[in-house]
This record gives sequence, C-alpha cells and structure tokens, in this order.
Amino acid sequence: MNFEHEATKLDFVKHRKKFFLFSAALLTVGIILLSTIGLNLGIDFSSGTTMDVLAEDTVTEEEIAEEFASVGLTPDDIILAGDNNDVGRASFIGVLSQSEVLEAQRHFEDVYGNTPTVSSVTPIVGEELARNALISVLIATVGIIIYVSIRFEFWYGIAAIIALFHDALFILTFFSIIQMEVNIPFIAAVLTIIGYSINDTIVTFDRIRENMKLEKKVRGFEDLARIVNKSLVQTLARSINTVLTVVFAAGALLIFGGEGIRTFSLALVVGLIAGTYSSLFIAAQLWLTFKTRQLKRARFKSKQLQESESEA
Amino acid sequence: MKKKRGVKKWRIALFFAIVAALAGLIAANVMDHADDIKLGLDLQGGFEVLYEVTPISDNQEIDRELLTDTVSAINARIDVLGVSEPNVSIEGDDRIRVQLAGVTDQQAARELLSTEARLSFRDVNDNLMLDGSDLVEGGARQSFHQDTNRPIVTVTIQDANLFGDVTREIMEMRPDNQMAIWLDYDEEDSFDEEIMKEDSKIISAPNVDEVLRTTDIMITGDFTIEEAQNLAGILNAGALPVELEEIYSNSVGASLGERAMDLAITAGFIGIALIFAYMLLYYRFMGIIAVITLTVYIYFVLVVFNWMNAVLTLPGIAALILGVGMAVDANIITYERIKDELRSGKSTMSAFKAGSRRSLSTILDANITTILAAGVLFYFGTSAVQGFAVMLITSILVSFITAVYGSRLLLGLWVNSRILNKKPKLFGVKESEISEL
Repeated sequence: MNFEHEATKLDFVKHRKKFFLFSAALLTVGIILLSTIGLNLGIDFSSGTTMDVLAEDTVTEEEIAEEFASVGLTPDDIILAGDNNDVGRASFIGVLSQSEVLEAQRHFEDVYGNTPTVSSVTPIVGEELARNALISVLIATVGIIIYVSIRFEFWYGIAAIIALFHDALFILTFFSIIQMEVNIPFIAAVLTIIGYSINDTIVTFDRIRENMKLEKKVRGFEDLARIVNKSLVQTLARSINTVLTVVFAAGALLIFGGEGIRTFSLALVVGLIAGTYSSLFIAAQLWLTFKTRQLKRARFKSKQLQESESEA
Repeated sequence: MKKKRGVKKWRIALFFAIVAALAGLIAANVMDHADDIKLGLDLQGGFEVLYEVTPISDNQEIDRELLTDTVSAINARIDVLGVSEPNVSIEGDDRIRVQLAGVTDQQAARELLSTEARLSFRDVNDNLMLDGSDLVEGGARQSFHQDTNRPIVTVTIQDANLFGDVTREIMEMRPDNQMAIWLDYDEEDSFDEEIMKEDSKIISAPNVDEVLRTTDIMITGDFTIEEAQNLAGILNAGALPVELEEIYSNSVGASLGERAMDLAITAGFIGIALIFAYMLLYYRFMGIIAVITLTVYIYFVLVVFNWMNAVLTLPGIAALILGVGMAVDANIITYERIKDELRSGKSTMSAFKAGSRRSLSTILDANITTILAAGVLFYFGTSAVQGFAVMLITSILVSFITAVYGSRLLLGLWVNSRILNKKPKLFGVKESEISEL
C-alpha cells in the first residue's frame, strides 16, 4: 500500500456526517443494550466460585456434572473449553466453602490427575475493581487533556478524549452483544485500548498541527477541511501499517493464546480496529467541527471589536 | 561537504560489529534471563488470597503500622510453610494480599495464614483460665508422646503454680473436668457446639484428674507430625494482631498454568514472526533494521523486567506483545517520514536526517500520553492491572530507546556510509513517485 499524497484524492471530510451518524447510532444502541441486557459479568464481578477442570481427554458437560455430583456439588453452569474440549469450567453462584472446594479439588486430582483452578470472589472486590478502573480512566482523561492542551491546543484534547470514550464504549457494546464473559483481564484490555486510541489519535493530530503551521492563513471550514484531508492521507500508510502489525500480535494471541486470555485478546482486536477507525473518522473530524466553530466565533468577535472601535 | 564521494566502508563494518556484538550478547544470556523471570500464579500454579483486616477488639484501629505488623506476622508464618517465593502486600487501607506460588497443601496453608493463633485454655463453660500471655514466648515445640509415640505440641507456661491452680479448679468440676484448649476463641463460640464440629477450633479437651504443678504443657490433639509442627510454628511466630477475613481467593492448578503459558508463548512467537515478515516485506532495507531493533527491544524488556524483580503474568505477556506493537509503531512513523522525504526529492542522507528529526516529536507525544494513562492505571489499579501497567510502561520506555535511538544509530551507519545513495527502491520508494526538488 502506497499513498501518493498529492495524487490520492481521498475525501474523508466529505463523509464525516455519515461517520458521526454511524458511531452515534451504534453507541446509542450500545447504551441501550448495556442498560438492559448489560454485560455477561464473570466471577470477578459477581459473587461465586468457578472451577476449571483440566481433563486428560475430551469431556462432556454430563461427565463433568456427574463428577461434581459425586462430591455432592451441583454447578449452576458448565461450559467446555480447550482445543479438544478437554477443559470444563463449572460456575457456582455463591461462594463455596473451603472444605467443598478442597474435596472437589482432591476428587478431580484422583480422576484426571490435574488440580482444578478455583476462583472465588465476593461481589465487593469485583465492583471495587470496576469502580477503580473507571475512576482511573477519568483521572487519566483529565491528565491527557492537560498534556494535550499544553503541547497542542485545547480542542485537540477534547476530540481525542471523545474518541477515547468512543472506543471504550465500542468494546463494551460489542461484548454486550456477543455476551461473552467479562473478567478482570478484560478491564486491562479496555485500558490498553484507551492507551492505544490516544496514541493513534495523537499521531494523526501531530500531522494536522504540523500542516496547520505550514499554512499561511486559515480562514474557515474550507481551509481546515483541506488540511485535515491532507494530514489523514499523509498518515494513512502509517495508520494502516501500525494497526495491521498490532492486530497481528493481538490476533495471534486470540487464535493461539488459549482460553485464559481469549476475552482479553478479543477485546484487544476489536478495540484496535475501533481505535484506528475513530482516529481517522471521528477524532480528526470532530476537531475540524470544533475548530471551524472556534474560527467563526473569533472572526465574529474581532468584527465586533472593530465595530466598537470604529464607534469610539 | 567533502569532495570525496566514495563509500565509507568502515561504517558498514561498524554496523556488522554492533549487530554481531548484540547477537552474541543475546545468544549468551537470553535464556538465563528468560529462566530467571518470576512467573505469576496463573503461569505456574499456586494460590492467592485477599484478606480484609478487621480489628480484634473494639478499641483497635486499623492503621498502616498495624497492617505492616500483620504482614510481618504473616511472613513469619509463611516461613513455617517453607514456601520459596511468597508475595505479601498491603492493598488499600485494610486489605492484605497473599500470593503463594507452588504450594501443594492449600488447606494447611490457608489455615496457617488466617488463624489468629490465640491459644486459650478454658473450662467447659467457656470461662478463660489461661491465655497466650501466660505462655513463654517462643516456647512451643513439636515432640512425641512418651507412651503412645504420637506427635504432640508442648508449650511452656511461665508460672507452674498458676497452672496448678487452674488444673485443680477444673479437676473439681467433675464430671465436667475437661480443659478445652482453644485456638482463636470468639465470644460467640461455645464448648458444647464446637466440640461436635469436625473442623473444631478446640485443638484438644483432655480430662484433668490431678493437679499438675508444671511449666510444660502437652497438647495431644489428633495431629499428624506436619500438623503438630505447623501448630508449634505458628504459636512461636506469634498471634496475629488482627482478624483476617478471606474476601477473594484464586487458585490455579500447576498443569493448567503451564498450559496457559505454553500457549501464550507460542502465540507470542507467531505474532512476532508475522510482524517481522510484514516489516521486511513493506519496508525492505529499513525492515531489516526494524527486525534487529525489535529483537533487541524484546531482549532488553526481559532484562529490565528481571532487574525490577517483577512477576510475569498472563496479562503481562500480553502487554509485552502489545509493547512490540508500540515499538513497531515508532519504527513505522520514522520510516514513513523518511519515505516522504525521499519522495519529495531529497537525497538519502538528508531524507534520513529530516525524517528522524521530524518523527521524534510525534513519537514522543504519542508515548507520553500512553505512559500517562498507564501511570494512572498503576496508581489506582489492583495487582493484575498493576502488573499490566508496569509492563506497559517498561515496554514504552524500552521501545523508545531501541526503536528511536537504536534504529537511528543502525540505519545511520548505512546511510552515512553513502552506500545507499540513489537507491530509493531499497526503502520501498519507487523512482516514479519521486518529485523533483
């Protein structure tokens, strides 16, 4: 992929309203879904116990259920995982007692020769973690706005932050639709995406800033649109190559990384793509909208100023 | 500029010397570093418990000092267990997280950790006769009963007369002449209920038929040798100053952990191989430089990670691989700039100079904002998220050094040797794309 800057006639700005509409519609659906169905919260966010049983060979849900029954336990849910369905994950609502857990662990050690992995949690811990993550993001947001305002300009910061929340909400919506279980590493993934999204947006903005400096006079929308288009085309090869390579890494984790990090890696892949989309089609275009308005207001003000001066 | 325009071969020789030195360094000890890295619970098995610390009495306040005391008490107990690499940390205002990798008997470990180790001697009506303050500190020992040869625990009492008085008092309560030896008696506990339980807080309740005026007390419970040793160990380690309540626990079987790690490592290799292939294909000569700097990056990340004594977890591996992406991005930004400059008609040397200079501020701004986010994550996150944040920050810093300065140095040697002059194809730029200056 090579993009000859001058020859390429890609007009991102022209279609910006469609992108805004698309994202707005998607995110509205997302908010509705999140507030109705919500996310499929894993054991980390609800009260309960999960036990991952690694068998020697392919197992069925019935087999696992029978084995649990023999130690007097009835799982509320059993799912199979692993390449050959040789991992059974049993979930229990409510925390199992230590003795129940140990008895089950000993039993499965005898049966399959592997000690099951057990996680149990009371709801406070998961809720706290999610709350802390949200607070961290809000604090990071303020920090990023301050940094970007100093290095760039206030409106770049605001557009970058909107893109950031766009990407975070996008992953949440996606997981609300597919109803895949959400765990603590998922939070790490969302936070990574936020980091990537901001990284990606800043690189694009950096080029816009540079091109703004090259312009002698920026009068209004037309000039700004030309600058944004030029900047996006100039950074397009980089944007695509970077997202491709990062998706290679995250995709390899998704396909070959195993059950333990499946949620994590899927969230990464989806988020990376959303992050690139938002830098190109949302962040830069939002900045364009903000900046146009700011220019108009500035002109209006200076006009007023001139008039009042002439009156005096 | 010098008049002589010949190729400076020494620069190319220097390049190969540096690459050979790096290759030698990596080949010599990459495996040592990789083996030295401590693995998290999710990668080697073991268990972790998050405790909430609650006061024993009403007038006790949970403060930093009390928490540190509790941590040292827990550490003393872990010594009893003989776990090689325990990790005990304070979280928030009233939490303590204990991570024990590679523990085999989880039941024993948990009991040992959370018991307050308050020993008390009571009558059947739960009246306190003696408690830990009457015992000689560090005087608990595991030994064997003279007659039955069964494992017992002996403790030493400070005053033989006091024990004599206690035993007389209990003896006179016949037929209820039992002396209950409690571990962690709570006010709501009662002898009648507890003695029926299988997992009772009453270690033993011998009948007292004579007055014992002695300083050595035998506790003959239904112990295995190990249990008796553990009990003696925690009694000597001292009572916990607080009560610990388990609010989260996670245990990973060793084989599941190993499997998860094998998979993640394989996935990592595949991902990195794909990235290398893409970079070579797309950036040609500069791709080779990228592959070298990325390899060096991965090596340095391992070394730095080792220095920090950090623990590698699954999210950590993911962050490492993602860090490769960040390093790749820095390379891509620079190379795209150099290509831009070449297309605009600049000579190879000045395109390299301008490209490197102009890409720096972009990379700097992008990395600083990401570090900012990761820093906040570290500050507010809990262990899993924190480990991830540390890995991300380390990755970004190391990638900045290798991808910006490493790449600049290595590519600079070639460019400044002039051997690449007028060979835009090697940079992935077609002759037709170049505009005249």
